[in-house]
Amino acid sequence: MHPIMSTILQRLLLGLVTLFFVSLIIFSSVEFLPGDFTEAILGQAATEETVAAFRAELGLDQPAYLRYFNWVGSVLQGDLGSSFSGRNASGVDRSRAVVDLVAPRLGNTLFLAGMAAIISVPLALVLGITAALYRNSIYDRTVNALTLTTISFPEFFLAYLLILFFSSLWPIFPSLANVNAETALGERIYKCVLPALTLTLVIVAHMMRMTRAALINLLASPYIEMSRLKGLSKAKVILRHALPNAWAPISTVIAFNLAYLVVGVVVVEVVFVYPGIGQLMVDAVTTRDIPVVQACALIFATTYILLNLTADIIGIVTNPRLLHPR
Amino acid sequence: MSTDRGKKGDVLLEMKGVKIDGYSDERWHKIIKGIDLTLHRGEVMGLIGESGAGKSTLGLAGMGFTKPGCKITAGTVIFDGQDLTKASEEEKRALWGTRIAYVAQSAAAAFNPAHRLLDQTVEASLNRKLQPQSAAETDARDLYGQLQLPDPENIGDRYPHQVSGGQLQRMMTAMAMSPRPDLIIFDEPTTALDVTTQVEVLVAMRKIVEKFNTAALYITHDLAVVAQMADVIKVLRYGNEVEEAETREMLESPKEDYTKSLWSVRALEKPESPSDDIVLSIDNVDAAYGGAEKVLHNVDIRVPRGRTVAVVGESGSGKSTTARVITGLLPPMSGSVHFNGEVLPPALKDRTKDQLRRIQMIYQSADTAMNPRQSIAEIIGRPLEFYHGLSGIKKQERILELLKMIELDESFYDRFPSELSGGQKQRVCIARALAADPEVIICDEVTSALDQIVQEGILKLLLRLQKEFNITYLFITHDIAVVQSISDEIVVMFQGAVVEQGIKSQIMSPPHPEYTQLLLSSVPEMDPDWLTKFVEARV
Amino acid sequence: MTNSPEAYSAAAEVGQIRERRTRWQVAKIELKKAPYSAWFGLIVISFYLFVAVFAPLLAPHGEAEIFSTPFAPWGGEHVLGTDQIGRDIFSRLIYGARNTMGIALATTLTSFAIGGGLGLVAAISGGWTDQLLSRIVDVLMAIPGLIFALMLLTIFGSSILSLILIIAVLDSTRVFRLTRSVAISVVVLDYVEAAKLRGEKLPWIMRREILPNIMPPLVAEFGLRFSFVFLTIAALSFLGLGIQPPTADWGSMVRDNATMIQFAKYDLTAALTPMIPAGAIALLTVAVNFVVDWFLHKTSGLSDEH
Repeated sequence: MHPIMSTILQRLLLGLVTLFFVSLIIFSSVEFLPGDFTEAILGQAATEETVAAFRAELGLDQPAYLRYFNWVGSVLQGDLGSSFSGRNASGVDRSRAVVDLVAPRLGNTLFLAGMAAIISVPLALVLGITAALYRNSIYDRTVNALTLTTISFPEFFLAYLLILFFSSLWPIFPSLANVNAETALGERIYKCVLPALTLTLVIVAHMMRMTRAALINLLASPYIEMSRLKGLSKAKVILRHALPNAWAPISTVIAFNLAYLVVGVVVVEVVFVYPGIGQLMVDAVTTRDIPVVQACALIFATTYILLNLTADIIGIVTNPRLLHPR
Repeated sequence: MSTDRGKKGDVLLEMKGVKIDGYSDERWHKIIKGIDLTLHRGEVMGLIGESGAGKSTLGLAGMGFTKPGCKITAGTVIFDGQDLTKASEEEKRALWGTRIAYVAQSAAAAFNPAHRLLDQTVEASLNRKLQPQSAAETDARDLYGQLQLPDPENIGDRYPHQVSGGQLQRMMTAMAMSPRPDLIIFDEPTTALDVTTQVEVLVAMRKIVEKFNTAALYITHDLAVVAQMADVIKVLRYGNEVEEAETREMLESPKEDYTKSLWSVRALEKPESPSDDIVLSIDNVDAAYGGAEKVLHNVDIRVPRGRTVAVVGESGSGKSTTARVITGLLPPMSGSVHFNGEVLPPALKDRTKDQLRRIQMIYQSADTAMNPRQSIAEIIGRPLEFYHGLSGIKKQERILELLKMIELDESFYDRFPSELSGGQKQRVCIARALAADPEVIICDEVTSALDQIVQEGILKLLLRLQKEFNITYLFITHDIAVVQSISDEIVVMFQGAVVEQGIKSQIMSPPHPEYTQLLLSSVPEMDPDWLTKFVEARV
Repeated sequence: MTNSPEAYSAAAEVGQIRERRTRWQVAKIELKKAPYSAWFGLIVISFYLFVAVFAPLLAPHGEAEIFSTPFAPWGGEHVLGTDQIGRDIFSRLIYGARNTMGIALATTLTSFAIGGGLGLVAAISGGWTDQLLSRIVDVLMAIPGLIFALMLLTIFGSSILSLILIIAVLDSTRVFRLTRSVAISVVVLDYVEAAKLRGEKLPWIMRREILPNIMPPLVAEFGLRFSFVFLTIAALSFLGLGIQPPTADWGSMVRDNATMIQFAKYDLTAALTPMIPAGAIALLTVAVNFVVDWFLHKTSGLSDEH
């Protein structure tokens, strides 16, 4: 087999194993719940029968490994179980399927994150590359100081600053991003401007700094100096000699920051009351709605692992040593 | 191409009063302090000097280039009538790669891993459209043939990591030669290579430079190498010129004392004295790292007490692995190590403190062999405290005594390693080994990172200590000159096996086994005709 | 230095001798050369520390003391007004410095004790110990920290102790990776091998040979981790899942008063009320980052050569 294929397969396998362990951790979170959590959910007045029925529904009478396989099996079929909320002591079950809760919100979150990514990725790359090329210039120092300041700000500080200026003092954008399934695309974008801008500010700062560092590292290679000493123009040095070797570090930077976006989105959704999966998770944590928390954690973790896996594979595919083995 | 630009003997490069400063530790240092240099067409000038002499900086300045953090502060660099210190980036780029080419020390790092070798070879020619692509590529393949690269038709289709280091270095010469430059700057091109590889690269480089009558600046610290390559030699020191002369004249009658000292190590020679009192013996040892391929095959070495056994070999010969087996860092797969007639436990952790004390080790790079956060007193004092339980005033007295033994005064007591020169650091490492009162010291390439004059001092010190304390040395090195000057017995190793062991006079005189012959004949000698003779002898 | 080989003496060889200075003198010299950003950072940090240490003396009212007027305006008895249940915001801001910074500091220290210790062990022992620890860390790092923290807080509830432990464990993965990688680069050096050959025991090698040489990157990392932990705890408190009332904390103060931003047009001071604790968080992390940036520049500059 071509070494590239085997390396990629190895990575994929490693990703799967990681996913397995992650799912195991997420699953076992129920195990650590205090024994009387059923009462807490169903209320003090719950009869023994309703408690028993609830426990049976959760499969608590079965051994843990069986429950794990059942859980994974149903997750793979798109069944994330049903929410803890909406249940009461009388045994009436008005709970909703977790999938129905999560699916529309996942769409919203992806929309917001996507919007931020579309603006921030190209912007950060351009800023990072130019800062690396004009290292130690006034431009570089300014961008550096600005981004260092931005990454030090908590997301909610940036968010409220934007709200203060663009929503309260000078009301051009809404401070509430309350979209729903019927919201038209134009209005959706309009309402998402401030949340997307908050995310963009944070991501651009991180990403620009990392791109700059990766590129400066690359430009210090002896073969870059050699290409200059061959009389190549600056543009040719960058395009022919630096770029082919830059894909791996740059894709790592992009993946890392998109993953960061996934986390940053939680706080931003709460500030702007945006109906995304982050806010769903925070609400579920407050009410200790374990199935929902598990589902959200699983979605976040899977995205995270997939992004890093993609970066790894891009790094492998563009590595000349692996492309052309001895 | 070079014919229409002037004829042999015209001045090609003229540097006048060049001064270069470099920035480090938040201030500017003078690297080149005003040097003149005149190079004629078709002439090869050797720039020679020890580390810190500024030879690479000066060589690069010959193409109007300075490394980041350096700047030319005064003087002119006139290449074929054009002052490069005043030329714009664009004007210099028009010369670089086409009329002035550069060959770097580490070919492995100087080739872009992402492109084929052929594409990189012809890149500069195509960039300035000197010839059509097909012509340039045919010419490159022809150059590969002339540089004795294997399979010249197809080797250019490979990527840098697919060929060996010696091949890569010749490849870089082909790359420099492709646009037929007037001047090539060779920056230590063979320093990283083994001697048997180095000689092949030297032969190829010299042939091609002669053939195209290219002028060259050949930068190196090795006088024997430069003697083969250069018509004229310029000796540099601390950014100043010491002297300049034609190669033969320089070798026969150097004027300055400093120049004489450069090859003084070759004057040092220890008379051999055989002995049968074996202190350390390595018996039929096989070894491997982590269950992988064997790196030592049935190694058998005997070390007589109070003598020096030099272990010679090139990279990959297993000489350092042998040291790891002796010290217990790498327990052997089979075979054993005897010390004073007793079997040493194979693994480090099973040896007693006293067994550890009796065998000490000195490393190649004194920089990494000393903890930079400990003072000299702490470094030397620890074995005193650890093995001999010394403390307080007794320990302090002994440290000062040891410092005296290595010819350093008490002002070194509370210094830190970063405040010492390379030679002083290596001396402190020797003192640390001595502090244990060892019977055997393993010296792993202890002089190869040092300049000639410093090497000599270290070797003399080691010999003196041997005489005074009857210490046994197992001296691992790749440098035949060092072997000559210090050893009683020699072990030749090749690809993990011992080729032969014997007393110096016996190993150094014919008849030799095939590999020893190759190794000994590949070592450049201080004779300008040596390389010519080497080539003739081979045919 | 003379050119004659006869006059060669080892002691006279060139070696750069630094002047003997005490640590305090070195620090003073470095401070004089420090850029404005570092000075700014140091002053801000000292000010915060001062406020945190002397909080009870500085605060005009008690941490959880409730007054009759909720949402009182700025000025008068309450410099920055009162919050939604009538607690003095200025006093809570001062106590908040103590609580938020104290918890973040405790968390970072715990995280370094866990991650740093295990990282060193992994680097020195190598083999399967290293493999096992590294794989565990890989898996833990495959889940985004904040998400993981949220999940664990659901299970264990938000008490200050569980907050510290959960975040410290999650954050220690990064400390582990850094410590392991810098320690490994030191472990392979000859002086560590020399110590092993001498027969030194593991703790001695760790303490004397390795730790002093990996301090600069670890100190820098401590600053970065502190600001990261500080931001994470602030974010959790802001989400209502971190430090719980009545303990004064900047993150939850932002959350409690966030609605007042709407009134910016009518009363700017009201709108600024939630911005002050948010700004206090931002200012401290900016300050720490500036100092770390300067420190990194200094320590990496030492090995600069050309």
